[in-house]
Amino acid sequence: MPLTHGTPRYIQLLLRGLLAGLIAGLLAGAFAYIAGEPHVNAAIAIEQAAAPAGEPGEEPLVERDIQSTVGLLLATGLYGAALGGILATAYTVLRRRLRTGSDTTAALGLAAAALTGIVVVPYLKYPPNPPAVGNPDTIDQRTAAYLAVLVLGLVAVWAGVLAARTQTHQWRRAAAGTAGFLTVVAIAYTLLPTFDEVPDDFPATLLWNFRISSLGTQVVLWTTLGLTYAGLLNQLADTLTRTGRPEPATTP
Amino acid sequence: MPKAHTTKPLALPAVSPRLLATAAGFTGIMLLLAYLVAFDQGAISQSGMYLHELMHDGRHLLGVPCH
Ligand SMILES: [Zn+2]
Repeated sequence: MPLTHGTPRYIQLLLRGLLAGLIAGLLAGAFAYIAGEPHVNAAIAIEQAAAPAGEPGEEPLVERDIQSTVGLLLATGLYGAALGGILATAYTVLRRRLRTGSDTTAALGLAAAALTGIVVVPYLKYPPNPPAVGNPDTIDQRTAAYLAVLVLGLVAVWAGVLAARTQTHQWRRAAAGTAGFLTVVAIAYTLLPTFDEVPDDFPATLLWNFRISSLGTQVVLWTTLGLTYAGLLNQLADTLTRTGRPEPATTP
Repeated sequence: MPKAHTTKPLALPAVSPRLLATAAGFTGIMLLLAYLVAFDQGAISQSGMYLHELMHDGRHLLGVPCH
């Protein structure tokens, strides 16, 4: 006989997702400030050095000091909160299909799926670029292709899970899941356009460092989001167990 | 009976059509918020390019194509 358990409402799960996402986003922003901003600034310096000399510098809409601090944290905080809300919604709707008795496993599993589908898969096809890299004429095509690879990354993870579930033997599950995932990734990478827009004289080390710092920012965001959301779910479960309706006296 | 230290999983709300509609609505709002950070150039925020420029570095470091 299971313990009587209060049932959380969707809004309770959602608010915890938003909170976890905000925390994760702010932490990712702090990481990005320390690990990424030096490379962004170096790239902007190259961009400005390349600008035609003698042209009157346009008054910037937002000061660099603001962009690299408040603006950065606002962007990562809002982005994290949005993703946290979506993670919480996915948890609410998909929880029963995740086939695990542990909320921690469920939350971390969903965060790992998202990290794979909308960070790692897109990253390897379209590695992020610092300022001064990228042709403004192709921004619309690159944006569309980026959105497509986000969706296809999630489809690939989903295909991997479905393929794994066709098998019962543990090794065969792992092999089938990997094959399903990689099949979709391979098709997506082949069909999507390739952009090669790094200027010949752009420093390779700077490009590498920027890209690693961008990957780190997103990994910090998703690992923090997964862990924080799992923690908040456990805390909610404990609270509901304690305050849930007592078991009827007739229950042995 | 002594209480085990493992946390029992949450009993979840039933996935009703009403819950799905609410969830879809909130997902739409969340996607709009993410869009605002990642891609908007004033159409949604109605702030001209101000918010776009303000969140410029975040876009680059979150891996979104910027320019
Ligand atoms: Zn930019």
